[in-house]
Amino acid sequence: MKQQIIVSGIGGQGVLFLTRVIAQIAVNQGIPVLTSETHGMAQRGGTVLSTIKIGNFSSPLIRTAQADLGIFLWEANLPVHRPLLKTAGKILINTDKDGEGIRIDAAKIARQLGNAVLLNLLLLGVAVNHKALICTAEECEAAIKQLAPARFTGQNLAAFHMGLSSST
Amino acid sequence: MKDQIQLLMGNEAIGQGLIEAGCQIAAAYPGTPSTEILQAVIDRQKQAVEPLHIEWSVNEKIAFEVALAASYTGKRSVAIMKQVGLNVAADPFMRTAYIGVKGGMLTIVADDPGPHSSQNEQDTRLFCLQARVPVIDPASPAEAKDLIESAFELSEKYETNIVLRPTTRICHSRQNVSISEPITLGRQANFELDTPRWAATPAFLPALHRKLNANLEKIAVEPDWQPRWTSGDNSQPRTALIASGIVYGNLVDLLEELNLSNKIDLYQVLMPYPLNPDFSKKIHEKYDHILILEETYPVIELQLAHPGAAGKQNGPVPREGELTPDVIHQALAAFLDLAPAEEKPEERRGQRPSLCPGCSHRAAFYSIKKCFPTGIYPSDIGCYTLGMNLGAVHTVHCMGACISQGAGFYQAYQQDEGEFPTVVVTIGDSTFFHAGIPALINAVIQQTRMIIVILDNATAAMTGGQPVPHMGIAAGDKPTKAVAIEPLIKASGVDFMEVCNPYDNERFESLLKKADEYIRSPEGGVAVLIARHGCIMDPLVRKAQDSFLITINESCIGCRICVDKFECSALFMDRENKFAVVDQDRCIGCGTCIPVCPVAAIVKQEKS
Repeated sequence: MKQQIIVSGIGGQGVLFLTRVIAQIAVNQGIPVLTSETHGMAQRGGTVLSTIKIGNFSSPLIRTAQADLGIFLWEANLPVHRPLLKTAGKILINTDKDGEGIRIDAAKIARQLGNAVLLNLLLLGVAVNHKALICTAEECEAAIKQLAPARFTGQNLAAFHMGLSSST
Repeated sequence: MKDQIQLLMGNEAIGQGLIEAGCQIAAAYPGTPSTEILQAVIDRQKQAVEPLHIEWSVNEKIAFEVALAASYTGKRSVAIMKQVGLNVAADPFMRTAYIGVKGGMLTIVADDPGPHSSQNEQDTRLFCLQARVPVIDPASPAEAKDLIESAFELSEKYETNIVLRPTTRICHSRQNVSISEPITLGRQANFELDTPRWAATPAFLPALHRKLNANLEKIAVEPDWQPRWTSGDNSQPRTALIASGIVYGNLVDLLEELNLSNKIDLYQVLMPYPLNPDFSKKIHEKYDHILILEETYPVIELQLAHPGAAGKQNGPVPREGELTPDVIHQALAAFLDLAPAEEKPEERRGQRPSLCPGCSHRAAFYSIKKCFPTGIYPSDIGCYTLGMNLGAVHTVHCMGACISQGAGFYQAYQQDEGEFPTVVVTIGDSTFFHAGIPALINAVIQQTRMIIVILDNATAAMTGGQPVPHMGIAAGDKPTKAVAIEPLIKASGVDFMEVCNPYDNERFESLLKKADEYIRSPEGGVAVLIARHGCIMDPLVRKAQDSFLITINESCIGCRICVDKFECSALFMDRENKFAVVDQDRCIGCGTCIPVCPVAAIVKQEKS
C-alpha cells in the first residue's frame, strides 16, 4: 500500500506538526515513511509545503501529478501546489469560499475552539472522516498524544474530533 | 532501546548517529539547513555514555578549530555548518587535509541545492575535491545516520578529516530510523606532541602532502565506500545511470514509477571524492552511454571524464537548481529516448515570507526608511534580510559583509564633490559577533562616516533561536559568562553609541537624526545604534509586553501605507480594496503600526 500526500500552507499555520502526525501514524503502523518539509526563511509567513510518502519509497519528493491527497491550510496555495496532485487526487481545503474539493471553514471553527492554528488537526479529522487517509481515528489520536506537548493535547484532540464529526 | 524505530528528521538522525558513535566534542554555528543537527545532539546528550562538550561557536571557523584540536587528543569530534559556513572555515579546513587528525573527526556540511535558504548553491563535494578531503554523500536520513560510525572509523584509520555532506532534502526529511545504544570508547584526552606535524612549517609540508596523496589513493579503494551497483537486465546494453545523494533516491522512485527498475545498470556513488580509479576504468570499458545525476556541480562527471557521458557539462541535466523528480524525469526521458515528460506547469510563486507581526526589526526599518529616504542600506544574513520587503535593505552578501560594504560605499562616495549619502547598515546581534567585529574596527580606523544599527533581538532568530554571546547562555541553556555588545563597540573606537527600543519610534528616529548629524560633524566617524527588543518568537518576550486590541476605524482612507510600506502580515486590504483590516488571527497587539497611519485610523484599546 502506497500513498503520497502534500500538506500546503504558510509558515506558522502548523503544517510541520500535521506532517509529523501523519508520518508518526505510519511509523506506529510499521509502514516505512518519508517526508520533506520547508524550514528556514519561508517559515516566516511564506508558503510552505510538506510532502509525505507512505510505503516503500526511496525519496520524499513528489513529482507532478503523483500525489493522492492534498491538504491545503491556506487557500491561496491551491494554484501553486494543485499540479502535484493526480487528476483524481483528493483535495481538502480550509476556506470559506465555494469551489473544488472538500471544503471547510476550518479557521472559523478553530477560532471558536480558541486558536486558529488548531485548524491543522481539524483538517486531519476531516481527512479521516472522508477516508482520505489509511488510518483510523484511534491511530490519529495516539499519534497526536505522542507528539503534542502535554498542555496542548486536550485542545488538539478537541480540534481533531471537531473535524472528524463535521458534516463537511 | 535497541533496534527501536523512531521517526526522525535527517538532522536528528545525524545528531543521534553522532551520540551513538561516541562523539565527545560537537561544535557548530547555526545555518539552514544544518541547524537542527547540533540541537539534536543537545536534546540527546543524556544518552551519551561518556562526557560530551557541545557548543554553539561564534562562527564556523572557530567551531572547526575547536573540534580539530579536540581530535588531536584522540577523542571523536565533529564540526557542523551549512555550505557557506565552510567558506568561513576554509582556512583551517584546507590545512587540515595535510596535517590530519588523531581521534575521528567529521565535518558535517549541509548543502542547499535550489537554493532554499542560502546565498548560493555551492557544492561541498567540489570544495572537498579542491581541499583533497574525502566526502560522503548520503541518499536518505537513515543512510546518513548509518554512515557516521564507519566514517569515524575511516577518519581514524587514515588520521584524516572526513566530510559528510547531506543536502536540504536529507536534513529536512523525516524517516523511520532505527536507534541503537551509544558505544563506549573509554578515551582520555592525550595530546601526543608531534611539532613537525601539528605546527608543520613549509619544510615539513612536502612530506605531509605526499602522505595525503598516498592516503587518498588508499581511501579511494576502501571496500565499504565503493559505488553500489544495481544490475539491469541488459535491455539497455552498454548504458548506465550514475547518481549520488538524494538524487539517487529520487531516481530510484522515478524508475519504479516508469516501470524501469532493474532494467538499466544503476550506480549509487557513496563517496564522490576520492573516486576509485578502477570504478572509473570499469565505467569507461563497460558502457558507451552514461547519465550522471548529482547536485549541484558536476563533481563525479568531471572525475569520470567519460566521452559518452550525459550530464551537466554536456547533456540533458540542468546546471543549476535542485534535481527534483520532475527535472530528473525530463533528463532521463531525453537520455533514454522515452516519451518526453509531460510539460511541467509553469511554477507559481506562493506567498513571500515576511517579518513576523510584532517584530521590532519592522519598526526599526520603517523608521530608518522614513528618516533617510535616499540612504544606502547594506544589510546582512538573518530574519532582517526581509527588511527588503520594506525597501530598507539594498545589499545582502555574506555574514558580516554589511559593515565593510557600508564602509566601501562611503569611501567611494566621499571622494566625489558634494554631500555623501547616509549609509545605514543593519546587522543582527548573532551576525555581529560572527564576523562584524573585525569589520567594525576596520571601519573605525579607516575613518568611515556611517550609521550602523545593530538589530539586537537577543537570539539567532532565523535559525530558530540559538543562544548568542551577550545573553550568558550556552548550548542546552547552560549559564555562562555574558559578553556584552556595548563594551565591544566602545573598545572598537566608536565614539557615538546609543541604545533604543525601536518600538519607541519617536526616540529611535530622533537618535537616527542625531547619528546623522554626528557622522557629518568635523569629529564624526562611525555611529552605532543598538536597536534592542527581544525576538517576538520567544514566548517570554510576548508575555512580558503589553498586548492591545488593534482595530482600524472608519477614518481609514485606503492609502495602503500600513499594508505595503509597513508590510505587516497582520494587515490586509478588504475585498473591495478600500480599507485596511486587521487579521486578528495574526495580530499580536504590539501597536507598532499606529504611528504609521497618516490619518490616525489605527487605534488600540485594552483587551477585554
